[in-house]
Amino acid sequence: MPESLAEIAADFREATPSERLQLLLEFSDELPELPQRYADAPEQLEQVHECQSPLFLAVEVDRQPGVDTADQRVDIFFSAPPEAPTTRGFAGILHEGLSGRTVAEVLGTADEAPMQFGLAEAVSPLRLRGMVAMLSRIKRQTALKSAVPGP
Amino acid sequence: MAEDTTAYAHPERLVTTKWLAERIAAGDTGPGKGIVIVESDEDVLLYDTGHLPTSFKLDWHQDLNDPVTRDYVDSEQFARVMTARGIGRDTTVIVYGDKSNWWAAYALWVMTLFGHEDVRLLDGGRSKWIAEGRELTRDVPEVTPATGEAAYPVVERDDTPIRAFKDDVLAHLGKPLVDVRSPGEFTGELLHMPDYPQEGAVRGGHIPGAKSVPWARAANDDGTFKSRPELEAIYLEEQGLSPDDDVVAYCRIGERSSHTWFVLTHLLGFPTVRNYDGSWTEWGNAVRVPIER
Repeated sequence: MPESLAEIAADFREATPSERLQLLLEFSDELPELPQRYADAPEQLEQVHECQSPLFLAVEVDRQPGVDTADQRVDIFFSAPPEAPTTRGFAGILHEGLSGRTVAEVLGTADEAPMQFGLAEAVSPLRLRGMVAMLSRIKRQTALKSAVPGP
Repeated sequence: MAEDTTAYAHPERLVTTKWLAERIAAGDTGPGKGIVIVESDEDVLLYDTGHLPTSFKLDWHQDLNDPVTRDYVDSEQFARVMTARGIGRDTTVIVYGDKSNWWAAYALWVMTLFGHEDVRLLDGGRSKWIAEGRELTRDVPEVTPATGEAAYPVVERDDTPIRAFKDDVLAHLGKPLVDVRSPGEFTGELLHMPDYPQEGAVRGGHIPGAKSVPWARAANDDGTFKSRPELEAIYLEEQGLSPDDDVVAYCRIGERSSHTWFVLTHLLGFPTVRNYDGSWTEWGNAVRVPIER
C-alpha cells in the first residue's frame, strides 16, 4: 500500500483496541465535506451497497499533459451521514491514505489492505467488509477513469 | 409511544425520555447507582460520538457475542461485562440505541437469557432523545469494578424459555412462527436484507407456515412503540395470533426478531415467545430443512 496508508495502518496497529476506536472516531470527525459540485449532483456518486449505512463515493483522475497515466493524481470524495461514524471512519482512512496519490499507487493497494489496521478485533470482521468494498470500488473507478484516452 | 403506557401488558419494561432525563438530573444514574444506562447500536462508534450522560456502551458484537463460537458470551464473561459498567444483579438497567431500539432490544433479550430481572427500554431510543434536543456527552463514566460479593454474580444462562435453536424450530413446525424480515426476504426474492448483502444465505424463502410481519410495523416513525390497541390490531386481529400461542420469531441473525420478541412478550403479554437467533443465516444455509416460498 502507499506509504501514506501504511503509516496510518501502523498507527492503528500500535494502538490498543479501544484506542483504535478513538482513532477511527477522529477519522470520522475529520472526513471532509463533499465539494459543492458533488453535493449538487449526487447522481454522480457511486453507492457502496456493502456498507451497512449509506455511503457514496466518487473518484477523479487528473489529466496532466505530458504525465504518464500511472503517475496521474487520483482524488477521492466521500459522503456518509454523521449517524454512521464507523463507515465515515473507514472513508476517512481511505481518504487520508489514498486521495492525492497516483493511479499506480491506488491500483497497487492490496485488496486486503483494510485487514492491516487491527480493526477486525475493534469493530468486528463483519463491519470491516464495508471498508473492503469501498477500496475495491475506488480501485475499479480509478482503473476505469484512467483507461479513458486523454483529450 | 401511546399516551397511556399503562395499557401495555408489562408497562414497567418501558421508560420515557422525560422520566430518564429527570433521573439523570437527580443523580440517580451511573455506575453503582440504582439505575445504569447502556447504549447498544448497530454502529459501534455511535456511542463515542456522543451519548446520554452517565451511560455506557454495550456492543452487541464485541460485548455480547462469543468471539469464536456462534453463541453469546458465557456466564463469566457476562459477569465481567456487567461489572465493568457498574451493574449489579439488582440494578435497574435502561437500554437504548439507534434504529428504533432494534439493537437495544437485542441486548435486552441477551440480558434476559442471563436472568437479569430489571432491564427496560428507553422508548424511542437514541433518535427521540436527540430529536428532543436533550443532552449528549462524550464523557465515559469512570468505574471502579466491584469485587467479591458486590461484583455481578456468575449466573447460569438459561436459554430454554426465550431462545429457540434449529431443532426446536423443526419440532415447532405447524405452530405459530413470525418472520420479521422484509417482504423481499420472506418471499425469497432477496437472499439478504436490503443494503446488507454481506449477510446472505444460499437459499431464499421462509420457514414453512411463518407469518410475515416486518419488525418495523411495531414502531412509530419517531422510533417509539405503537400503542397496545395498534399492536393488537396487527398481531391479534390481522395475523390471528393469540396470547396463549407458543410463538417463535426469527429474522436474519436474531436482532430484528428481538424487537418483535419484546413487543409480543412485554407489550402484549404473550408468556411463551422464543427468539430463533440462528434465523435465516442458519436456516437458509442448512441442508435439507423445509423451505416455503
